Amino acid sequence: MKEATLRKPVAVATDHRAIPYERPSSRRRLLRRLWRERFIYLLLLPGVLYFLIFRYVPMFGILLAFKDYSPFLGIQDSPWVGLENFRRIFADPEVWTVLRNTLYISFLQIGFAFPIPILLALMLNEVRRESYKRVIQSIVYLPHFVSWVVVIGIATLFLRSEGVLNNALGQLFGMAPVPFLINPYWFAPLVVLEVVWKEAGWGTVIFLAALAGIDPQLYEAALLDGASRLQRIRDITLPGLRPTIVILLILRLGSVLDNGFEQIFLMLNTFTMHVGNVLDTYVYFKGIQDGDYSFATAVGVLKGVIGLILIVGANRLAKRYGDEGLF
Amino acid sequence: MLKYASRGERIGDAFNYVVLALIAAAMFFPFFYITMISFSSLADFLRSDVIFWPQQWVLDAYRYIFQSHAFRQSLQISIFITIGGTLVNLAFTSTMAYALTRPHFGRRALLLGVIFSMLFSPGLIPSYMVVKELGLINSLWALILPGAISPFNLIVMRQFFLSIPDEVTEAALLDGANEVQIFWKIILPLSKPALAAFALFYAVGHWNSYFSAILYLNDPAKWPIQVVLRQIVILNQPNAALGDTQFMLEHQPPPQTIQMAAIIVATLPILLVYPFLQKHFAKGVMIGSVK
Repeated sequence: MKEATLRKPVAVATDHRAIPYERPSSRRRLLRRLWRERFIYLLLLPGVLYFLIFRYVPMFGILLAFKDYSPFLGIQDSPWVGLENFRRIFADPEVWTVLRNTLYISFLQIGFAFPIPILLALMLNEVRRESYKRVIQSIVYLPHFVSWVVVIGIATLFLRSEGVLNNALGQLFGMAPVPFLINPYWFAPLVVLEVVWKEAGWGTVIFLAALAGIDPQLYEAALLDGASRLQRIRDITLPGLRPTIVILLILRLGSVLDNGFEQIFLMLNTFTMHVGNVLDTYVYFKGIQDGDYSFATAVGVLKGVIGLILIVGANRLAKRYGDEGLF
Repeated sequence: MLKYASRGERIGDAFNYVVLALIAAAMFFPFFYITMISFSSLADFLRSDVIFWPQQWVLDAYRYIFQSHAFRQSLQISIFITIGGTLVNLAFTSTMAYALTRPHFGRRALLLGVIFSMLFSPGLIPSYMVVKELGLINSLWALILPGAISPFNLIVMRQFFLSIPDEVTEAALLDGANEVQIFWKIILPLSKPALAAFALFYAVGHWNSYFSAILYLNDPAKWPIQVVLRQIVILNQPNAALGDTQFMLEHQPPPQTIQMAAIIVATLPILLVYPFLQKHFAKGVMIGSVK
């Protein structure tokens, strides 16, 4: 495209003496431009190399999905098998279980972990004493910066059979220990609970920024009209938050096949594997642990493509309903 | 500015304050409790009560984990990865972010390429293969290079560089400076506070990361703190993780106190930088939200 715009003035030149110089001069102009911008390319070099090697070369790794990769033969010499790996995906009941787990956990997260930061931001927004607000914010933002190992570590220490909570329940009410960590029924709720603990506070930051952008005059006018607090929230604050909520929901829906690999990998154990194994962890177990590289790549590629379609689709949907969308 | 419309709203306000305080308390409680237990003695446990406050403050658990060579080593590795990794992050991200603010051939394609890499990823296995083909398995570089640039941070940093007035650069160009000199001598010094913020975020990411280590490092002697912490607490194998000598096994404080002390030590660096993070992050997120 750039080349075309460079050539255009030459193509419309009527002076026939210019024609022999046409190509060299446009090429020379490009070369001169490249030379003039050489220091910019120098600055670009590390970053471009990074993106090529670690972000785009792996995209060729997609080819693995169409081969029967064997580490002894290497990527080049492993035989092509066409869509065999994808056929295996659809024939494998385990994949469907994993997909169901993924979607179930994701929708549980969207249902509970998504609205809580909005509520919390609304509450923080109603606090007029700045110092109080800051103290609360400092505390609720903190867990976001703690590692998942620490979060699951804390959950383990509190919830295991001989853990803090079971000790307390036992001593206060004489209850038998509840096996929170190995009971499959607790797995998804715990995932959500941990996400809420870690991210609910941090999640408010973006909503608070949006709330700060709402015109204060709207509130003053509403007060003059005698609107109550709840009416102000319903008619001014929530509509003001709408675009932010829509954009974040798009992002979340676009990544409905991701549900926090790090967290779930740490939470899984033999007892919860059948309800907690999600697409990301499945790819890891199949590929890295079982060495079924091609199959795991095929699962990963399928997930990537569906994710791409979802996010582009959700974005288009948001635009159709009059919101700004993401891109 | 805003006045209370009614007594009902005042009650609503009080309710709001109390509920927020309860939420904050619930979020803070695990940190508080774990700190307390980590300082408790065996006697506290033998009382078999719910402990909220150690009767007797002891450092046994901390002394114990710091006696472990494996634990100290994992801390050193984490410190190395955090510092080295953050420097690589800053060098790679800032040079590319600045270059992408300057007009040049192919800029649109590069920006599109960056954005596409955020929307589509071929998954774990191809990335793993690349690291393997580069011979980085079992090398600490495998924890640093594959994440050298976060596309999101790159775009936010570019947005920040764009906010620096063009005149600064143009004037220097007229004075005969080249883009590298401008970047190094003008742009970077102007951006110190912003770079500090990015550094903090990258550093927290490195300190907290564990999965690349599990993926790429087979040698336990190279494990960073989070992987060792996982073994101590989540897999509940403090002895295996800490590689005890006979002496350590015989003089072991209660395992819970060891596990909680390990959590505190692994979290302490985050707590230390937290005030600085807080100063920066609201701004950072807001820059990011202005797509």
